[in-house]
Amino acid sequence: MDVNLVPLLPAVQVLVTALVVTLRDLFIKDGESRGVLAFYSLVGLGLAAAEVFFLLGGRQEGAFNDSYMLDRFALFFALIFILAAALTILSAIDYVRQTGMREGEFYALILFATVGMIVMAAANDLMVFFLGLETMSIAVYVLTGMWRSNGRSSEAAMKYFLMGAFATGFLLYGIALIYGATGSTNLAQISAYLLDQPSEWPVYLIGGGFLLLIGFAFKVGAVPFHFWVPDVYEGAPTPVTGFMSVAVKAAAFAAWARILLYKLSPLDNDWVFPLWIIAIATMTLGNLLAITQHSIKRMLAYSSIAHAGYLLIPIVVGVEWGGLPLLFYLLAYSFMTLGAFAVLTSMTEGDESKDGYSDFAGLGFKRPFLALAMALFMLSLAGFPPLAGFTGKFYVFRSAVLSGHLNLAIIGVLNSLLSVIFYLRVIVAMYMEEGGAAGKSFRQAPFVYIAVAIALLGTIYLGILPADALDWSRRAFGSLE
Amino acid sequence: MIALHNYLILSAVIFSIGVIGVLIRRNLIVVLMSIELMLNAVNLTFIAFSRYLGSTDGQVIVFFVMAVAAAEAVIGLAIIISVYRHRQSLDPQEMQLLKW
Repeated sequence: MDVNLVPLLPAVQVLVTALVVTLRDLFIKDGESRGVLAFYSLVGLGLAAAEVFFLLGGRQEGAFNDSYMLDRFALFFALIFILAAALTILSAIDYVRQTGMREGEFYALILFATVGMIVMAAANDLMVFFLGLETMSIAVYVLTGMWRSNGRSSEAAMKYFLMGAFATGFLLYGIALIYGATGSTNLAQISAYLLDQPSEWPVYLIGGGFLLLIGFAFKVGAVPFHFWVPDVYEGAPTPVTGFMSVAVKAAAFAAWARILLYKLSPLDNDWVFPLWIIAIATMTLGNLLAITQHSIKRMLAYSSIAHAGYLLIPIVVGVEWGGLPLLFYLLAYSFMTLGAFAVLTSMTEGDESKDGYSDFAGLGFKRPFLALAMALFMLSLAGFPPLAGFTGKFYVFRSAVLSGHLNLAIIGVLNSLLSVIFYLRVIVAMYMEEGGAAGKSFRQAPFVYIAVAIALLGTIYLGILPADALDWSRRAFGSLE
Repeated sequence: MIALHNYLILSAVIFSIGVIGVLIRRNLIVVLMSIELMLNAVNLTFIAFSRYLGSTDGQVIVFFVMAVAAAEAVIGLAIIISVYRHRQSLDPQEMQLLKW
């Protein structure tokens, strides 16, 4: 049997970069500048992105008996992960120094998590998916607790670890039951089994499917498995929160789309209704609780729960209409959320985070560019045209209408209106109030500006000229086979 | 010869004990042990199915799960130490800095 290693290229590229960063870190004396490590990480991610584009141009192949399929779908998500990792590192460079976290480990762990995500998106076998998930999760548990001198960070890491490991147990039990029912962990064989023997499934196959569903719901933070999200997002270092709410969520949705939405779609009838309830509950609860928050970081955590709800709409809608909006919305969501968290990261002073609404007061006059960018990210998250968030929501709701889930579309639109309340509050604070603490002793952080600028460009570009990205999303989802 | 369903029931019971342990125990170390119990119950399921189906896949998977569980235990204990340094307590109910 031939072993084709080409599809492993992007993941291995990131992995090698992570190892180089880890090793190089050991040769830098304490007290010396570690900026070179961030540079290595960014170069490695750049190379990985170049390889993704190279592979997009050629044939897409599988490796290891097709248990690892680097198709267009996986490449699409690989680019999202690489982008998220790069923007996180850019916005974290100053933050990590100010808070006294270990730089080398920070960048290396971001890269290790990225490797896990790429494996998750490309996994065509439940076991490969599980290994990717754990590679990602374990790295992110540590990242959450990186700020060791801060009690909140440790506590957030503890909660995240407990909930994550708990969810892993359910996920793995689901995999075990599906393996027992179908005799394989390979998704191609499982899906062949489901099509071969319609409806004569052992009861533990359905049970396994539901356990898998619970595991995924935990990972994306869907109601009723959302309770850990606000605490963990608030306690984690701000750049890590951005990374979690974008990349980890995208990785979970990538696996969800490939495994549950696509390969296990014959089981659809059993879980469309529970998913419908979960989607509505997630949107509504996320938005309602976001209104009551005083910290912008915590508000963004609830907003990310709400967005998980919007992202569940295409999954309820199903394979036929759901693929394109799911992928496009994830792309749009990545840009605007990463941007918002990059701005939030730049508001840190010394070892203190300034993330209350009152801290943002008057930012529009002190830091015009950051405030303008933040305003646009907020408008985009709320779904104002002509920004990325609007285009994304438009296609999500359109897919719901076209597939006959009119009620989902209506509830989604009402939720978007609700969300305007707390997103606009940020803008009001920035431009119509005065005397905020943040930005006073604020240092010029050039890298954060670069990250914000890239996210802003992406948000505006996807809003005004979405045709290319839409086409790209369609072809990416179409490459699942 | 013990039938397949006996193993499945046993592993479901062990898994449930693990879940209940995570939900009600008030010591982080015991919670961590309960999570390990859940993973080992899953291992038992894999082995039972592997034997029943006559395929070795399930047994290979168990090795992966054990490796992952070891990595998780290491990280979990490290995080517990880091939390303990701040709070001098292992009771999850006392983790109140962030509203639970």
